[in-house]
Amino acid sequence: MMSRDSTASLPAGLGRRDFLAAAGVGLSGGLAGCTGVFAAEGNNVNIAGSSTVFPVTEAIASSFSEENPTVNLSLSKTGTGGGFGNFFCAGRTDINNASRTIADAEVEQCGNNDVTPIEFPIATDALTVVVNPNADWIDCLTVEQLREIWRADGATHWSDINDEWPDEPFELYGAATTSGTFDYFNEAIIGEEANHRSDYHATERDRTIVQGVQGSEYAMGYFGFSFYSENPDSIKAISVDDGDGCVKPSIETAMNGEYTPLSRPLFIYVAKESLEKSAVRDFVRFYMKRAATDLVSEVGYVPLTEDKRDENLEKLEAAIEEVTA
Amino acid sequence: MAADTGETPADGFGRISRTKDVAFRLLALAATLVGIVSLAALLLNVAVDAVGWLDWQFLTNPPHPNPYEAGFLPALVGSIAIMLMIALVTFPLGVGAAVYLEEYADDGYLTRFIQLNIANLAGVPSVVYGLLGLGLFVGLFNIGYGTVLAAAFTIALLILPIVIISAQEAIRAVPDSQRQASYGMGATKWQTIRNVVLPRAMPGIMTGTILALGRAIGETAPLIMIAAPTTVFGLPNSFFSKVSAMPLQIYNWASYPQTEFQYGVVAAGVVTLLVVLLTINSIAIIIRNRYQQRT
Amino acid sequence: MSQPDFSHDGIRTARGTAFRYLFMLCALLSILTTVAIILTLLLDAIDFFAQIPLVDFLTGTRWSPTNEPIAFGVLPLISGTLVITIGSAMVALPIGLLTAIYLSEYASDRQRAYLKPALEVLAGVPTVVYGYFALVYVTPAIDTILPVDLSTFNALSASIMVGIMIIPMVSSISEDAMSAVPDSLRQASYGLGATKFTVSTSVVVPAALSGIFSSFILALSRAIGETMIVAIAAGQTPRMIDLTDPAGMFLDSIQPMTSAMVQIGTGDIVGQGPAYKSLFAVGLTLFVITFVMNLISELVASRYREVYR
Repeated sequence: MMSRDSTASLPAGLGRRDFLAAAGVGLSGGLAGCTGVFAAEGNNVNIAGSSTVFPVTEAIASSFSEENPTVNLSLSKTGTGGGFGNFFCAGRTDINNASRTIADAEVEQCGNNDVTPIEFPIATDALTVVVNPNADWIDCLTVEQLREIWRADGATHWSDINDEWPDEPFELYGAATTSGTFDYFNEAIIGEEANHRSDYHATERDRTIVQGVQGSEYAMGYFGFSFYSENPDSIKAISVDDGDGCVKPSIETAMNGEYTPLSRPLFIYVAKESLEKSAVRDFVRFYMKRAATDLVSEVGYVPLTEDKRDENLEKLEAAIEEVTA
Repeated sequence: MAADTGETPADGFGRISRTKDVAFRLLALAATLVGIVSLAALLLNVAVDAVGWLDWQFLTNPPHPNPYEAGFLPALVGSIAIMLMIALVTFPLGVGAAVYLEEYADDGYLTRFIQLNIANLAGVPSVVYGLLGLGLFVGLFNIGYGTVLAAAFTIALLILPIVIISAQEAIRAVPDSQRQASYGMGATKWQTIRNVVLPRAMPGIMTGTILALGRAIGETAPLIMIAAPTTVFGLPNSFFSKVSAMPLQIYNWASYPQTEFQYGVVAAGVVTLLVVLLTINSIAIIIRNRYQQRT
Repeated sequence: MSQPDFSHDGIRTARGTAFRYLFMLCALLSILTTVAIILTLLLDAIDFFAQIPLVDFLTGTRWSPTNEPIAFGVLPLISGTLVITIGSAMVALPIGLLTAIYLSEYASDRQRAYLKPALEVLAGVPTVVYGYFALVYVTPAIDTILPVDLSTFNALSASIMVGIMIIPMVSSISEDAMSAVPDSLRQASYGLGATKFTVSTSVVVPAALSGIFSSFILALSRAIGETMIVAIAAGQTPRMIDLTDPAGMFLDSIQPMTSAMVQIGTGDIVGQGPAYKSLFAVGLTLFVITFVMNLISELVASRYREVYR
């Protein structure tokens, strides 16, 4: 029975082998075809960049996705610099979230790869310094005091800032060096003369900062306002005195410009070349319209004014006309 | 095995040694149970936390920064897409390697080297496979960072040694007498393998492969290394779509600031992942039990 | 396993040969994978070592790839890995060994049929889930139960979780080794009037020692390579540890090698500079350590197999 079975299956076996070979050729051909079709055109929108801008883009992408379920939209949290350097200017993403303006070196890198960045302001953030709610000795810090705490070779203990404060070392949580938040804090607080200290918990994950500050009475951290507004009871925001008295961070004080020097504009950068893809065009149009709505204040930022929004839309349509013409 | 030996040690020994014996037995039993009980307690915790969060809306929505609107669909679909690709890649390769090692290879230096190498590959940390994927698939072959293909190929290499080892065991379990009978009837080696060995070994091979896929679906570190995106909206529409996966989405959600994410949405994600994993493993066990009587 | 070829049919032989080589190719793929891993790691690591001297990397006590002053000393990361390894060893080795003794010497067949799959589940839970458990359940629980000042991110909870995860690795391989100990040895001791405790600890364990040793090394190698648990729960503070200060070792945040790799891999680093390439240097270090450990474990294990089989 065995031999009958095997002799009978001999031609069938050959047939199967042919089939397998054909399938193999078909598959690799198909793959090659896919590479061509999807890599060039594609119903994909790829975004990387700042973790501060991330929640805004996530909220907008989520509602965009509900209306356009066939668009594959990816969003990575890499820090502003990581997003420009590794993804956007390398031509790997269409859009970069940024919590600062693009640097000259990055513009140059983009240029070398034929990527033309277009800047769109999308919201305003109030960078927030937070401490543990049990740290009842502190409510307000001057910019000088903040600098003393966060600069290299500065204070190490709370008592170094104020004799009445506990003689305990700081436990500091801050943004990683590639994040726009770090750059902004560095620029606004530390300044040119000093360096940001390096012996702190540096992270691109803001949750880490919230958890760290919740966990220790002597901890301090800084991050975008949205992370504070999500946790107003478990961490305490510090008012900042820029010479005109203490101002508490809030959407109002950021919008009317009282909260200085820590309020800052947030951006997205769109590669002009990517606007050739209809999915990217649709998404950016959608983004610009939504950036002036409550959707932004719900994630804890200050929305655009309608004038700014119209300015953005004009800029966008002009760019689209250029690439599709 | 000492199951039924020496249940009555000779009399004349003191009470002390008997007490010590009983104490040791209890200690060993406690040690056996401590891990299982801890895990059960943790699973119970996460299941309770997931109540109210794990619902139809969670399973069918895209992610959202608001925990009450956040959904898991792209990650769920991404995981399944990656897993199917992995199965397509590892099954033929794993079975082929196992057939060679068990049926063709002699017991020489090369075979022993391959065998040792496979055992070693099974112990290479998954994060190192991630670097391999980054260098090989993302870098050299340029199939894009974080795509379905890059993710599937990377994890496929990771579980291939496990698939090979379990397929080898299944093939080894086929009685030699059956091969001899086939040869005796004039069948060639290939005919014997195809008509006798593989059909008999198939349930075991399937079980091993599916269990390995269970391991694959929980892998996170390799995906991070090939720069899989933090979050994906919409479903993968080609092999070159950026892909998210359940464990990756869980890792990223765990960093969201709101406690509703930490104790609600993430818990729901964890339970979903574990349910999918349990389903996969149950399928493997059902296959094994169904065919066990025949072997 | 080579069988005499009864077939004299030319086509059949050709076909058989074709399949033979096709299958061999599949088997050789595993060697190719190893070569690819080594090449991937080595090529970028060489770039890295062209800029950072190997000696500085291996003996430096500061790891700060992006913050001025930049330093690429791997020792703080190895310290972090060591803490996790020691911590998980303290959990998994005694528990795993006792579990193996129970399964091999005490448990009935029925008990074994339930306990062994249940233990395997411990190794089957995705590590990201363990990491999440460590962060949101274990750390707060320890913080309330024990009178210690535990950081949110700490080596203790991460070690416990890694330890639980590797228990089955210790117990199953150790149990195999103990089961392989010939019954005649046990019978002889019982004959001399020994209790089960004495037989287990003085006869079975010593006789199975090489298998147990092999299981320990394999489990620890797994702990060293474990990534997600430490990335989520152990923190991101690369620091040198003081072995004489267990509280300082375990209660605070550390950063093992794998966790540093995840931090670099999540895109915190820009461009192709040494900070990015350090990913591969650390990866190579990790690969070499685990590879050597796996190899030792394999060699020791093959020795015990030879002794009793």
